[in-house]
This record gives sequence, C-alpha cells and structure tokens, in this order.
Amino acid sequence: MRLLTREALLSFRRAPLLSTLSVTTIGFSLFTLGLFGLVAINLREALRGLEERVEVVAFVLRGTPAETITLATQDIAAFPEVEDVVYVTEEQALARARRELVEFRDAYRDLQVNPLPASIEVRLKAGYRDAATAARVAERLRGFEFVEDVRFGRDWVQKLDHLRNITGIVGLVIGLAFAAVAVVIIGVTIRLTLLQRAREISIMRLVGATNWFIRGPFLLEGALKGLMGGFLSLLLCYGGYLLFRDRSGGTFGGLIFFHPVQMAAIVVFGVLLGLFGSLVSVGRHLRHV
Amino acid sequence: MIRLTHVDKSYPNGALALRDVTFRISRGEFVLLTGHSGAGKSTIMKLLFAEQRPTSGEVRVSGYDVTSLRRDEIPKLRRRLGIVFQDFRLLDDRTAAENIAFALEVTGARRDTINARVARVLAQVGLSAKSRAHPRELSGGEQQRVAIARALVNDPAILVADEPTGTLDERATRGVFQLLRDINAAGTVVVMATHDLDLVRQARYRTIELRDGSVVYDSAEDEPDAVEAGR
Ligand SMILES: Nc1ncnc2c1ncn2[C@@H]1O[C@H](COP(=O)(O)OP(=O)(O)OP(=O)(O)O)[C@@H](O)[C@H]1O
Ligand SMILES: [Mg+2]
Repeated sequence: MRLLTREALLSFRRAPLLSTLSVTTIGFSLFTLGLFGLVAINLREALRGLEERVEVVAFVLRGTPAETITLATQDIAAFPEVEDVVYVTEEQALARARRELVEFRDAYRDLQVNPLPASIEVRLKAGYRDAATAARVAERLRGFEFVEDVRFGRDWVQKLDHLRNITGIVGLVIGLAFAAVAVVIIGVTIRLTLLQRAREISIMRLVGATNWFIRGPFLLEGALKGLMGGFLSLLLCYGGYLLFRDRSGGTFGGLIFFHPVQMAAIVVFGVLLGLFGSLVSVGRHLRHV
Repeated sequence: MIRLTHVDKSYPNGALALRDVTFRISRGEFVLLTGHSGAGKSTIMKLLFAEQRPTSGEVRVSGYDVTSLRRDEIPKLRRRLGIVFQDFRLLDDRTAAENIAFALEVTGARRDTINARVARVLAQVGLSAKSRAHPRELSGGEQQRVAIARALVNDPAILVADEPTGTLDERATRGVFQLLRDINAAGTVVVMATHDLDLVRQARYRTIELRDGSVVYDSAEDEPDAVEAGR
C-alpha cells in the first residue's frame, strides 16, 4: 500500500503539467455541475418560500351587494384549509394597483372608470399550501354565483419549476462535457506516463508483477486527481457563491450552499471520474507496453 | 522441470521461428542453448517464461502448461523463474539493492524479509560492497551480477539466461559463468542461451544446438563428436 501511494504521488512529479491539467479539468467539470446545482437548489428554496404565499383569489361580479360578500367571507373562513380571508373592494384594488405597479401609475390615474374588480383573497393554512389544495379551494369558490373568476398561483409556480429543471439540464450537459474532457486528459496523462515507464513496467512483468499491481498506482493516481479536482470544484463553487451573495447585496441574502452530503457527493463523483479515466486508459494502453 | 513437445512457433508476421522442437530438462541440469543468430534461441527462452505461446505443440515449465496458461497465472509462473538478459534490464534510477528489492516488492513481500533476502543475494554475487551504487556506476559484469541477484532473490526453481555474457569481456564472462555454475550447483536448473562457442566447448554441460528453428544436436542424446561433425 505504501509503495502504491508513493508511486501515485511520483506521477505528479513525472508529469506536473498534465497532472495539474487533469486536476483542473475535473475541478472545472464539477464546478460547472456544482454551480448549476447551486442555482437549482436555491431556486427550489425560493419556491418553497413562495409556496407560503399561495393564495386563491376570487374576483367578484360587479354590483354584488356587500352583505352577500360579508356572509360569504364568513363561510369561506370556516373552510378547514383557510387561514384568513380578506375582501378587497374595487377602490382598494385600484389604490393598490397605483401603489404597486409604478410603471402603470399614469395609466391608472387617467382612468374614468375603474377596470379592476373587487376580490376575495384567501390565504391557506400551513400544510395546505400546495397546488392541489389551492385547486380544490378554487373549485369551491367558483360555486358562489357572484364569483366571476378564480385564480391561484399555480401557473407561475409551475413556470419556476420548469426554469429549475432547465437550469439543471443545462448544468448537467455542460458539466458532462467538461467531465468527458477531463476523462480524455486523464487518459492522455496516463498514456504518457505509461510510455515513460514502459521499461519499468516490462521489468515489473518479468519479475512476476500481477496486472493489478501494475495498474494499481495508475488507478490510485486517477482517483487522487479526482479527489483533488473535487475539492477544487467545491472551493470554486464556494467562491462563486460568496461572490454572488455579496454582490447581490441582500436581494439574494437567503442564498444557501451545499449540504455536507451534497459536497461529499461532488467529491465522490470526482474520484469516480478520475478512476474511470485511468481505468479506461490503462486498460487500453497497458497491453501495448 | 521443463518439457517441450513438438513445438512450432511462428510469429504474426509469418516468420517460422521454431520447427518441431522437442526436449526435456530435468532437476539439477545446466543446459546451454546454442545456434546461429536467428536460430530461435531467444524464442525458446520467451516460451519458457510465457512471453510467447507456442503455435502448436506443448510447453511445460515447473508444472505450468504455457500453451494454455491463463493471463493471470503468468505472474505465478514468473515468480518461480529467474530471468536474465544480455542487456541487464536494470532501472537506472534505483540502486543495486533497490533493483533487487523491486522483484520482491512486486510480490508483496514484507520489508524485513526483503532486506534480509537482498543482503543475502548481494553477498552471493559478491557485490555487498556496491549495494548502494546505481547501474551507471557499475561495470557491465557488475550490472549483470545485480541482474542475476535480482533473478535469484525469489529463490527460483529455474534460471533462464538469454546471452547473459553477450556484451561482457572475457574476464567478466568467466566471472558471470562461474556464478551461474555455482547457482546450478546449489540446485537451481539453469538454461542459458549463448553463441560463445569457447564457453560451450570448455564447459562439459549439456548443449542443445538449434539451426533455423530446429534442434540439430542435443548432447544428451547424440554422440559428443557430432558437435564437430555438425559444423
Ligand atoms: N517478435 C518477433 N516478431 C517477428 N519475428 C520474430 C520476433 N522475434 C524473433 N523473430 C524471428 O524469429 C526468428 C528467431 O529469432 P530469435 O530471436 O529466437 O533468434 P536468436 O537465436 O535468439 O538470435 P540471436 O542470436 O540473434 O539473438 C528470427 O528469424 C527472427 O527474425
Ligand atoms: Mg536472441
């Protein structure tokens, strides 16, 4: 085992440039994967926050008497899924639109007629804030005859979900491309070392070294480079994470980094990548030495 | 110990290197393999340590059937052999002792076992004083002694030497040859390829002569005079 480790470390001295290159490409491969992974987990986190705001809004037909609506709100507040119910009159809706939609402020000021309907805004209790419950509540709200239309935030929740998936796929594709490059570079490094050490290997063979004994150092070398690449990528990811968090000045204040288990998975993936690269190369080239 | 039965060997390029070669070598023997350049001496050596396989016929070495040996059994066979070449095949970046130890490290032997055995074989080949010298600091004869020590360190049943004196001067040749005789006297079978005819004549050892891949003379079977008649 000591011999094996020594041999593996020697390779860094034998081909420092290529060895560094292998580590860096593995590092970048995992960095790309990791970066997109970070975006994905942060999006998921953001979605979880948004879920708390899942609301069902029922738009009320113009001219519905206030008493009818008050009665209905009491009814709705008694639903087991409902946290609270707020009645927003037409005037309140317009005022809110003027306040919140700065871009349209002028447009709203010049209006003769208020185009906005009154609405009943229903917030759901924790534990009921999912698309299915929202849909069920919406269905029941539709049952009131003064309700013109019901909306709930399913559309954009789904869009964000979609975005997250796309981010994941893009990251995966770029990361895998880097991974392929890393495997090739590791292969080239090992091929070079094999040629450099052809004499030594042929002598090892003559004195009865098994194939695994000859391969061992190369596999260890690959795994070691993968390990270093894995750590490098974590470092890069963390750097990128800090940069993003500080630059964004609070907008993304709630950004999160990888869980230790996820970090371990990245490093393990690096090791597997290195091992794979060396295994393929050694298998292909050892025969010709 | 060694048995070749109707062995033919042709290389992938079509060259027929051996033709119907049959002989056997028993425990304790010292055998000289001779013949002109290209006669097939090295090819027989390579069959013995399973670097090549016979095209047809049977090769048995120390209980292993080289003809059908599995790849993973080749190391096992080689650990029972000592192999010596004309060009020594030492590693330049290791000392004499490290070169010898290399053959044991490969087998996963323990460090203290290795040290003891290396010291023993270095003494056996008369190089205890040069254990820390690198190959470039040694004469050809000394380098070959290191190579022989490496071949011996695994206590081989058979020592296979392909022209071990090929590049050495007369004195060094005599020294190395004497070393091989001592090794044989201690019980190891020695098979040595050579085209040094003086050596063949002086030594009263069994001699097998090849010509164009065929055995044309084997002193164990033919009359000794046939050597002269054959030339
Ligand atoms: N690897 C090889 N590929 C193809 N042909 C080979 C190979 N090795 C040897 N030969 C051929 O086989 C024949 C026997 O070669 P071999 O090396 O056994 O001869 P030798 O008796 O050892 O000669 P020398 O005294 O010059 O070392 C020769 O004709 C040679 O050209
Ligand atoms: Mg030869």
